[in-house]
Order: sequence, then C-alpha cells, then structure tokens
Amino acid sequence: MFKRILIANRGEIACRVIKTARRMGIATVAVYSDADRDALHAQMADEAVHIGPPAAAQSYLDIEKILEACRKTGAEAVHPGYGFLSEREAFADALKNAGIVFIGPNPGAIAAMGDKIESKKAAAKAKVSTVPGHLGVIEDERQALKIAEEIGFPVMIKASAGGGGKGMRIAHSAAEVTEGFTRARSEAKSSFGDDRVFIEKFITDPRHIEIQVLGDKHGNVIHLGERECSIQRRNQKVIEEAPSPLLDPATRAKMGAQAVALAKAVNYDSAGTVEFVVGQDKSFYFLEMNTRLQVEHPVTELITGIDLVEQMIRVAASEKLSIKQDDVKLNGWAVESRIYAEDPYRNFLPSVGRLIRYQPPEEEKRDGITVRNDTGVYEGGEISIHYDPMIAKLVTHAPTREQAIDAQSSALDAFYVDGLQHNIPFLAALMAHPRWRAGKLSTGFIAEEFPRGFHGHDLSEADARVMAAVAAAIDFVAGERKRQIAGQLTGRFVTRERDRCVFLETIAGSTIAAPTEHPLSVARERGDIVARFGGDKTLALKSDWKPGERIWRGRVGDDDIAVQVRPLPNAFDLTWRGMRVRVHVYTESEAAAARLMPIKIAADSGKRLLCPMPGLVVSIAVSEGQEVKAGETLAVVEAMKMENVLRAEFDGVIKVVRAKPGETLAVDAVILEFA
Amino acid sequence: MAAAHPRAMPSGTKRGTNPNLGLSTMDILETLEKRREAARVGGGEKRIEAQHKRGKLTARERIGLLLDKGSFEEFDMFVEHRATEFGMEKNKIPGDGVVTGWGTVNGRTVFVFAKDFTVFGGSLSEAHAQKITKIQDMAMKARAPIVGLFDAGGARIQEGVAALGGYGDVFKRNVVASGVIPQISVIMGPCAGGDVYSPAMTDFIFMVRDTSYMFVTGPDVVKTVTNEVVTSEELGGASVHTTKSAVADGAFDNDVACLLQMRRLIDFLPANNRDGVPEWPSFDDIEREEPSLDTLIPDNPNKPYDIKELILKTVDEGDFFEIADAFAKNIVTGFGRIAGRTVGFVANQPMVLAGVLDADASRKAARFVRFCDAFEIPIVTFVDVPGFLPGTSQEYGGLIKHGAKLLFAYSQASVPLVTIITRKAFGGAYDVMASKHIGGDINYAWPTAQIAVMGAKGAVEIIFRQDAGDKDKIAARTKEYEDRFLSPFVAAERGYIDEVIKPHSTRRRIARALAMLRGKSVEMPARKHDNLPL
Repeated sequence: MFKRILIANRGEIACRVIKTARRMGIATVAVYSDADRDALHAQMADEAVHIGPPAAAQSYLDIEKILEACRKTGAEAVHPGYGFLSEREAFADALKNAGIVFIGPNPGAIAAMGDKIESKKAAAKAKVSTVPGHLGVIEDERQALKIAEEIGFPVMIKASAGGGGKGMRIAHSAAEVTEGFTRARSEAKSSFGDDRVFIEKFITDPRHIEIQVLGDKHGNVIHLGERECSIQRRNQKVIEEAPSPLLDPATRAKMGAQAVALAKAVNYDSAGTVEFVVGQDKSFYFLEMNTRLQVEHPVTELITGIDLVEQMIRVAASEKLSIKQDDVKLNGWAVESRIYAEDPYRNFLPSVGRLIRYQPPEEEKRDGITVRNDTGVYEGGEISIHYDPMIAKLVTHAPTREQAIDAQSSALDAFYVDGLQHNIPFLAALMAHPRWRAGKLSTGFIAEEFPRGFHGHDLSEADARVMAAVAAAIDFVAGERKRQIAGQLTGRFVTRERDRCVFLETIAGSTIAAPTEHPLSVARERGDIVARFGGDKTLALKSDWKPGERIWRGRVGDDDIAVQVRPLPNAFDLTWRGMRVRVHVYTESEAAAARLMPIKIAADSGKRLLCPMPGLVVSIAVSEGQEVKAGETLAVVEAMKMENVLRAEFDGVIKVVRAKPGETLAVDAVILEFA
Repeated sequence: MAAAHPRAMPSGTKRGTNPNLGLSTMDILETLEKRREAARVGGGEKRIEAQHKRGKLTARERIGLLLDKGSFEEFDMFVEHRATEFGMEKNKIPGDGVVTGWGTVNGRTVFVFAKDFTVFGGSLSEAHAQKITKIQDMAMKARAPIVGLFDAGGARIQEGVAALGGYGDVFKRNVVASGVIPQISVIMGPCAGGDVYSPAMTDFIFMVRDTSYMFVTGPDVVKTVTNEVVTSEELGGASVHTTKSAVADGAFDNDVACLLQMRRLIDFLPANNRDGVPEWPSFDDIEREEPSLDTLIPDNPNKPYDIKELILKTVDEGDFFEIADAFAKNIVTGFGRIAGRTVGFVANQPMVLAGVLDADASRKAARFVRFCDAFEIPIVTFVDVPGFLPGTSQEYGGLIKHGAKLLFAYSQASVPLVTIITRKAFGGAYDVMASKHIGGDINYAWPTAQIAVMGAKGAVEIIFRQDAGDKDKIAARTKEYEDRFLSPFVAAERGYIDEVIKPHSTRRRIARALAMLRGKSVEMPARKHDNLPL
C-alpha cells in the first residue's frame, strides 16, 4: 500500500479523500492555490504544497505543478477527485511517465470514455443500448440543423469534451438549434478549450439514472447499484438518491450488467459511473461514462457500506477487488442535497463571499438514521469567485425513502449559513414537494414545478401557526429575561400580558409580503410554553432555546423541529422547511398601534437591470431606445465560467445602457435603465 | 384608553339626585372620572383621527407603548394655561398640550413627557413648560432617565415672552441634568424653533422617518430670508439629521418601531451616573471562542472587512444597539453587553473610507465616549485606522479641533478602557484610539496588527529619499520596514501593548479585562470644568 498520496484537487472532495486516506494510515499531501491559502483541505492534509495563482489553469489544472509537488513530497500516488484533471488522459499519462500511480482508471480507459462521441461508439460495440443520434463532429449550423431534422425534435446539443451541464443545449425547433449550437460551442470553448459539439435525440420526460462500477487491474468489474439524479437545474444535479424509486430489481440487474460489460470492454480498473437516460417506461439508453469519482458517490457509499475512495486506492495499488458482485447488498435509502452559494430567489445566480456563519447539522448515526456532511469550508472561510461555488453535500441515510427525506429535511433546517446567498431554502422546499416525495421524477422536474423560478415556499395555515407559536415562544423567553434586569422598582412586579398578536410576513429574496395576523395567548405551563390560538387550536412547545441561539430546536405539538432565528430590531426572521418569514410579536396595544402605521413602499429598483453577481459582460443584446418584451434577452454576463442570460422581467423601453461588453462588473452594478 | 375603575354600586342602581343632600362621595369620584376622561381625549376625537391619518400616534398612545403596561402615572392632567390675550381665556383644554408623568420600562423607573399635537398643536405655553420642568426636577430627584416625545408647533405665540421664559426653564434643567441622568429625545412630528434646543442638549435624539422634522427656522422663513425653496423633509427630515447634520442619532420607520427600540435602548442605559450599568443574566458563555475571527483580517492589507462582524461576535448574544449608524460610517459606535453588563463599543470601520478618522468620525465617537464616561459605561475600542484623512476640506473643516475632541474624550475617560488593535494603528490616530498613553487600561493587539507612524510605502519614500529612483532598493527597504514595523511586536517590546492575542479569544480576553477593571478608580485634579476643544 502507498505510504503517501497527493490529492490534486480542492474543496470538499479533497477533504473527503484525506479522511479515507488517514483512516487507511496513508499520509496525505494537499495542493493549494493563492486563493486557497486558508482552505480546509490545505489545513487537513499532513502536508500542503502551494501550486500557484488562483486561476485553475495555472494551479489545479497545471500538470507540471502537480508533478513537481509529488516529487517534492515523495507522494507515490495521486487522487484527482472530480473535475480539474480527473478525466485528463494527459494527466494520467504524465503521472505514469513519472512513475507515480494515478488513483483512477488507466489512460486508455479515460481516452475511450472521455470523449462523448468515442464513448458512444464503444458502448454500441459492447451492446449497450444507446440513444439515436449523430456521433460525428458537427461543422456548422447548417449541418447541425440537417442532423437535428433527421433525428427528429427535440434534440440535445452537447460539447464533446463537456460535463456538468456546461456547453449543453436542448432544441425543440430549428431556430433553437441555431441559437443552441452557437452557445454550446462558445461555452464549450470557454469551459474546455474544445469547441466540438454533437447532437442526439432528446428523450422526453427522461430520468437520469447512473450505475456505479468498480474494477481492478485483474479484470474484475462489479457494479454497486444505481443512483438517480433526475432533480437537475439547467443540467446540473441538485438532488441525488440511491437507489432509484423507478427501478425494479430486474431493470437494475440489466443496467448493471450492461455497465459492467462496457467497463470490461475498455479494461476499466477503478471507480467509474455509467450514466443512462431512462424513460418513464424503464427503457434506458447509455449517455456517457464518467471515468472518475462522482460528486454524488456518497449516496452509493451509504446504501452499500463500501468506501469508494478506499476501493479506488486499493485497486490503484494493484490489489484485487475483495468484493464480489453477490456481496453487494443495497441497504436502505440515501438522499444527497448539493448546497451551493447561489441565490435561489434571483434565478440561482452564483454568490461569493465570506462565510460569516457556517453551522452545519451535526454528523451522526442515530436510530438507524445517518447524517453526513461532506464539506470543504468552515465558518470564517470564503467562497471565492475562482472555483465551483459548492458549500457542502448533505447526505442522509435511513431504512426507507420517506425517512431519508424527512431526515434530509430536518438536517437542512439545521444548516445555518450567513454571509452569502445559498440554495438551502430551495432544497428544503424541494424536500417538502409532494411530487418529489412521491418519486415521480424527471430531469424536467424543476423547470416544470418552478416555471417562474423559486419564490419561497407557500405557507399553509398550519405552518403559519407553527411559525407564530415559535415566534411567541422566543419572545416569551426573551421577555422572561428582561424581567430579570437589575434596578427594578421593588414591591411591584411587572405583570406579563398573556395575549400576543404575531404579525407574520412571508419573505422571498428581497420581497416581503404584507403581514398576516395571528392572535394567540402564550404562557408557561409545567415547563412547556403553550400557545393558544382562537378556537381550540393549541400548540405546546418544548425547547431549551435561549436568547442568542441561532437555531430554535424543540417539539411543537408532536413534531421535533429546528427553526433558524435571525434577530432584527423589533422582529426576527424565522426559516423553516424552505419558508422564511419575518415575525413581529406584539402585545395587543402594540398590535393596535402597528395597524395604524402607514405601509411604506421601498424605493423602486425595478426600473434598472442590475448585475446580479460579480462577472464579465459578454454581450449586451439591446440598444438605447429599443422596446423589449418580458423574457427577451437583455445581456449576457459570465461568472464562474457560466454564461448567465439576463432577461427582461417586464415589457419596457431601454433608456440608457451603462455597461459595455468586456467590462467587469460588481454585484448590483447598473447594466441598463428602463424609461 | 378609558380604564375600568371599580365602582361601589352594583350596575343599574340609580343614584339619588336630591339637591338637599349635596354631592355624595361617589358623585365626587364620578366627577373625577369624568374630568379624567375629558382630559384623556385631549384635543378631541377629530384631531386624534387626523393624527392617526398622518401615521402618527397620540401622546398617550405613545407613552402606552414606551412604558410597561399599566405603569404610567400621569401628573398635571388638569393643568390649563393662564393666558388671556387674543381670546385664549375662552379656549382651554386640560393638560395644555403635553402629557407628563412617570412609569417603568421593564420595571425600571423612567420619566416621560409627550407633546400632544391634538391640543394647541402641542405648542409650549408657560403652564405647559411648568409641567415639563416639574417632571425634569422629579427625574433629577429620583435619579432616573427622562424621555421627551416631541410633536409640536413651537412656542404658543399668544403667550409671548412667558412661553420663551418657559423654554429657558426647560433648557436650564436639561443642562443641569446632563451627565447625571440619561436624557433621550424622540422626534415624532414637527419640532421647530425653540423646541429644538431642548432635544439638542439631551444625550440622544431619535427621529421617525417621513413624519418628523427638526429645524430652527422653517421653509417659509428660509424662503423669505434666503430665497431658498426647500421642503420640511429636505430641510430637517430624519435622513438629513441622521446622515448630514448628525443632529439625530438614529431613525425608525414608524412610531411603533421607534418606541419599542427606545425600550431596548433603555435596557442598556444606567439609571444615572452613580448606579452603574444595568445587569441581566447572560446566556452567552464568556469563554465562547470564535475561530472564524482568525480569518477576519484579509490576506491583502488593503482589502476591507466588516468590523461589525467582530462586534457582533464579541457581544453577548450578538445584541448590539448602534448609535448614529448612518453618520460617519467610518467609525462604529454603540452599546452591547459582555457578561450581561452594558459596554460601549467604538470601532474603526475598514469598509468605509478604510476606517480613516475624519472630522465627522472624530466628533461622533467623541460624543459617544463622553456619554459612556459620564454614565460609568466601560468602553471597548477596536482599532484599524490608517490615520487622519488628509486634504483641504478636512483641514478647512477644522480636523485638528474635531480630532482633538476624540483625543480629549478618551484621555479624560475614567471608565475601564479596553483596546484591541486588529490591523492598522498608524500615526497620531494610534494615540487617539484609546492607546495606553492616553489612559487605555488594557491594550491588546491581534497578530495582524501593524503599529507604526505610517504605512510602508510612505515611510520608505521619506526615510530612504536618496533611493527614490532605484526600484530594487526601494523594494528591499519596503520589505525591511514591513518586517520591522508592520507588526505588533515593536509596540509589544515597549509595553505599549499588554499582549498579542489570538483573534478567536477576543471575547474571553475582553470579558476578563472588564471583570478585572470593575473597581477601577481614577483621581482627577479639582477644577471647575475642563475646556474641551468645542
């Protein structure tokens, strides 16, 4: 076994690999760029080597620098994680030439599977069922159109070298083929330095299901069941689970066998993933093979009990696979949420900054429920503009799907992040979504269920009562302490009024709805705080919450819940299950006065298009004086290597254009103004 | 607001009205209740409704929100003016435009007067002024805070000099009470002419946005005299006074928000200059460590960071009441608690003008420091200051004198002073920001601190003027200077810094220092008073 390995990656995956290596008694070497000087992975590793400036091309993607770091530290092997150099044949080759072991598949397998077109040919040869499409490189728009028409709409245009949704477009019409082809090509070029794209049939209402395979250098290949990753936004996976609610044992066995056959056909000798697009009728077609550890591998680990990183290291050290196909037993259900620094209320635009507060739920194994949080950040750390804005992968495992989802939901409620925008409210809302809970998935799920984007989760009567009761309980505890202030008049106690009126305003991003009123009486009864609403609706609350705590944990009625608390002057914001509300807890006389107060309307910023994130202006699609309709493209801003199309939210006329293509803008910089 | 009063008779029983028997005690009690009810409606339902339509509460409603429920004891409800000119003798309303009395805020005594806009527009008469001075005198006797709620039209012109005299009586008492009991003024409507000077002499002024304004002379007079056309809001609205003039220390969206925040502020304030800060049980461990503070200072010394994060992570439960938050944002002032006891915080804000000291920041902080010192509130100072702001506008604006105010205030303060240098402490600003030399009791530095006369670039250009043309030499000299001076250790070697501390331990260090300094006592020479550079 290796004595020392280097991890040619950063963030959560580097930390995750270090954990397993450490458990196996292997020393670890991290690499870091200038931007990652204080990053967690650099702190966690036994040694850390600086490899250059923040730009990935000059650090994490620089093969020579990684080799140099290996030589300097005497690392015998390199784990590439995912992304960066993980699927570069040249990297695997370079390591081989330097006598360093690549903890991943052999260069030949990477070459065979790395190119999407080549991989399809290989798959067809191995008798894996494939999607109808054109496997050649497409020269221009005209050819793209011709091929699309031959296959029949809808079609998908994809970058040959692509992955992760970059350089990928779906076209339903000839016009969309033209636009999609151009965009896919330019994104492919900027993301991968390779503008080759291809076209294939797009399966309607498809599901994304992938098979984890594991091979060794002795010709053994097994599969570890499937993961379903149908919940995607713009082809980026958001929620993954294992197993899939769609598959039956027979289909699983068939897909597994094909995946193993393909792996064997290319002499696959590490952990890899064979992705399929699956129809609702369980028909499945090969999509691509990822010759690396997947982001979502933890869900497989939790249902199989197999540490994939450990297996990768063992097979890389030429050990024989100790697990036989028959040993693989799928146990329970695992669900993973990807927590990203992005603003769900502003069309998921990336957000960067300091993690002023980062308080994840506790990792634990209790009562058959596991909570695992794979992260590469810490409180006081930074999500920088240079890399993927992932904060963490939150994974829960339980005996059943429903329990795993409930556990995920609770864990998300207890996940407290401040300092930047993040998608936890959206993930929490997804967990509560009836269609997700029913397992009726497709890759169009988010587009179908959130056609106008995410605007917060609607509050039911019962939800509002819970929030109001928690607010009243918090206010009650704060009030108990206020009555202990020194210097009070003696001989007369300050009497507490029992009646309260909670004004509750729903918040979605920067929009705050008009308040709804929830009159209740609140008192302490045998340790519990009891909130009585009108009629006979009563909620008993049990909690040890104390002023200053950011999460209110307690029992409300029969449910154990966690509600995030952010105090404000005269109010606090409560977040629970994707719902965010601002609550004011008033006495009756305060409520009466508050009703008399005029409603103030915030200054109108709707007349301007603001840059939603720090980024580079790629193009401005309109000119001064031009009339635009809602939905029309106004400008394209590139951030985090993604082109973000900014569209008009309403019909209007452009008054002034303030930004120029090529200009770098700060967040909220004015791009243009409407008349 | 009609409170239920106990009645001895069962309801429905008719009381005798035999004229021969005179008034029964019960009748007399009923008369009292009727007179009270009449007084409580002030200027009448119509005017109350008009007040509500403007988004404002009445004087009694405001007092009801400020004080604990049922705690208000009103004085001088039946006082009427004594004017006879211009037919005023026929126009009398009980209370005469101001509601006065006392009550409690979370059980602690607070005196209050509230101008009643529904009665003679809240204008000040001789009798009205006497009601206020009576309350001021009582607050001084009881050594308890006084809060004035303003919503009035100035002097009652019909009373002439009697009204002006009344103002003078109020002003004089404001000054006598200054530094003895906290005085808070809340502007909740118009406040003009003579009315503005009483608030101006109190410790804090707060305003309500859009419904309040303050000026010495109103838009009409301004137009007549200077031909300038302005609205009341432009001349003296909350945004003007909280951002430009610094007359007001804060603004709130409406009456309710404002009064509830006044309750919160009072929880931070001592009752007077002798009782010491109020204390309540804290739920926040004084040993709490904040590892995230170890990365608060960015690697790049020219990159800003938010000093409020440090304040919020240091104080109990993240509870911080900021004073003058919208003015001179390059310095942050406000109240928090450590171990349940009030502490005043002063901190340079690197996010705004790099945290530089300018005239505005100096006078804002100076006033805050003097308030804390007067009321025995310990002061914690967080320092990251690149120096004083250069330039003609600053020098012409009297930066020397304004900067001296802060220097004076800190030098004079005898309360516990705990200072933490987080990053830059350059030049004279190092001395000013509660350094050891001017009376800082405990001075800590983070390892990232740079205590020097100036930054490396400027220093090298002066010290090594002869090498100016030689890039390599300058670079070497700069490195030399940075290594030697841009650290806390030169100061620590001299004992100007008591210790270099880890950022994550800041709260614990401050808590221990404040605990140790609880009994601090400083002797000052006898004098009539000092001569602060005004």
